[in-house]
Amino acid sequence: MIRFIVRRLLQLIPTLFGLSILLFTWLHRLPGGPETAILGERGTPELRAQIRANLGLDEPILVQYGRFMQRMLKLDLGTSISTKREVTTEFIERFPGTVELTVMAMIIAIGVGIPLGYLAARRRGSFLDSASVGGSLIGICVPVFFLAYVLKAIFSEQLHLFPSSGRQDPTLGATRITNFFVLDGLMTREWDAALDALWHLVLPGIALASIPLAIIVRITRASVLEVLSEDYVRTAKSKGLTESTIRGRHILRNAMLPIVTVIGLLTGGLLSGAVLTETVFAFSGIGAFLKDAISNLDYPVLMGFIMIIAVVYLLVNLLVDVSYSLIDPRVRVR
Amino acid sequence: MPLLDVKDLSVTFARRGQRTVRAVDGVSFSVEAGQVVGLVGESGCGKSVTSLALMGLLPKQRGVTVGGSAIFADDTDLLKTDERTMRDIRGRDVAMIFQDPLSSLNPVVPIGVQVTEVLTRHRGMTGDAARKEATDLLNKVGIPDPTRRLKEYPHQLSGGMRQRALIAMAVACKPRLLIADEPTTALDVTIQAQILELLRGLVRESGTALIMITHDLGVVAGICDTVNVLYAGRVVESARRKPLFAEPRHPYTHGLLGSVPRLDSGRGEKLHAIRGSVRDVLPWPDGCAFAPRCDRQVDACVGEPPALVEGIHRHAYRCVNPEPATAEVSS
Repeated sequence: MIRFIVRRLLQLIPTLFGLSILLFTWLHRLPGGPETAILGERGTPELRAQIRANLGLDEPILVQYGRFMQRMLKLDLGTSISTKREVTTEFIERFPGTVELTVMAMIIAIGVGIPLGYLAARRRGSFLDSASVGGSLIGICVPVFFLAYVLKAIFSEQLHLFPSSGRQDPTLGATRITNFFVLDGLMTREWDAALDALWHLVLPGIALASIPLAIIVRITRASVLEVLSEDYVRTAKSKGLTESTIRGRHILRNAMLPIVTVIGLLTGGLLSGAVLTETVFAFSGIGAFLKDAISNLDYPVLMGFIMIIAVVYLLVNLLVDVSYSLIDPRVRVR
Repeated sequence: MPLLDVKDLSVTFARRGQRTVRAVDGVSFSVEAGQVVGLVGESGCGKSVTSLALMGLLPKQRGVTVGGSAIFADDTDLLKTDERTMRDIRGRDVAMIFQDPLSSLNPVVPIGVQVTEVLTRHRGMTGDAARKEATDLLNKVGIPDPTRRLKEYPHQLSGGMRQRALIAMAVACKPRLLIADEPTTALDVTIQAQILELLRGLVRESGTALIMITHDLGVVAGICDTVNVLYAGRVVESARRKPLFAEPRHPYTHGLLGSVPRLDSGRGEKLHAIRGSVRDVLPWPDGCAFAPRCDRQVDACVGEPPALVEGIHRHAYRCVNPEPATAEVSS
């Protein structure tokens, strides 16, 4: 198992190297450049050239890539062109927000999705079944920003149950340690700060959970239906086992493989930022920042953020592969 | 009183837009304690449905109707008992062994857990006591090195070993009735003999009654005390083993026996095969279901279903033109 993990980690290196080449050439081939964002439409060609030269963008692309790689190997991601701050600093400030939001959304999606999908499969053809299948279809179809606005209008502006924006009430003056606001609150025993941060996660969490929830309901239902027709479930029943043993040990454990795969993919996707949800709830994660970086062609931010997101994505995938072998002894990791 | 008395068991499957299927149609038989009773027939004759009905494992949904009665141990009707009580009975009083040992075992749970969970459920055993009992059980069914096997998963065991493990689970609570649904079909011939030997030994030792469901007359000859031959959901012949083999009266039974290859038949001699297939069935209300495939068909076969005629030594057959009785055979 350890050898498997180490080998997979080593395999990340060529993958990331290839990705960096592709990303670098694609980004630098895009029309426009950071000078447009800095100068607007009015800049003279001389000024533009001056800025490009200052940023080192006038050199051959190979030279630029070489310099990028040199910095990367020293784990230096450079400085943002638009905010003039270190890319690493920007990332460390924003990524915890995205992680908290992802965790919240996935807890909702998994916590509701698996039980609902299971029940729908067990009571196939019932009202609950049709409702959850139909509901999940709606969940996939409704645009996230629309759902976000509706949630905000009802639960925040009408009923005043949840805050409408931000990650935490700034007037609390909470201490920052890790930038994971909930975690910081727990570590410093500032319970009200932790609770407030958690409260801020609820509405964006629900909005973001809608599509993963719908997908998890469907995959769970399909997977459980398949397992239900297996002979070993009949054997379990013939032994007179209790409903809970049959459910946990014999049905869900076998149904878990495809569900875990999908959960891994969805988590990886959410960790690369949620532009729409973050925008509606003025939530500072990496999504909105990345969007700005794209429109400004802020090369260092784009390269740095996307490379780190790729690493996270690949690590989540590795975690999924490891969990396979924990669930199913027939999947051997070597 | 017999241990299990099945009377007029019928199972129908109705589906909207499709013809209602009567998979089991008025089947009656009884099982005495310690007796081995065979249910024999081709695929689709209703033998597996019969066993699932007795276990209460038929899908509980609209369209599935079970009729008749199956009185177990003088007081419980297995067909009318509520699910809660059935859960206590299943695995403890009545246990079942299935056909395909690989697919019948949970692939992601160690053998040991699959054995001990029955002990925990019905005998309240946990921890070391359950583990010890599980080791003894595997030993009893002839699995070598049981302590190691308990930790292994089904895919690490051989086919015969898996079936032994399933048998161990079934006999874990010393059930009074064991139902074996084609327990040897998925196994090699040499392993088949070993498994039959094991079952015979377990039955003899513990006094457990056994319902043996099979299409294999070799299995019947080897283990059963009495035999019920099923065709299209009805019992067409029932007798003790010896008279059935010596003097089959129903043309279907006769055909089944004739289609078994024999070592003492002449070289080049053709095997006798039954014409047609199970699908060429006359619905029972319109006459004998076997009539379309039968060599002895007469006019009386069509019109109304033949009644079950009881001959000497409780040898019963459902035929208007039975095979002639050749000799007097004692059971």
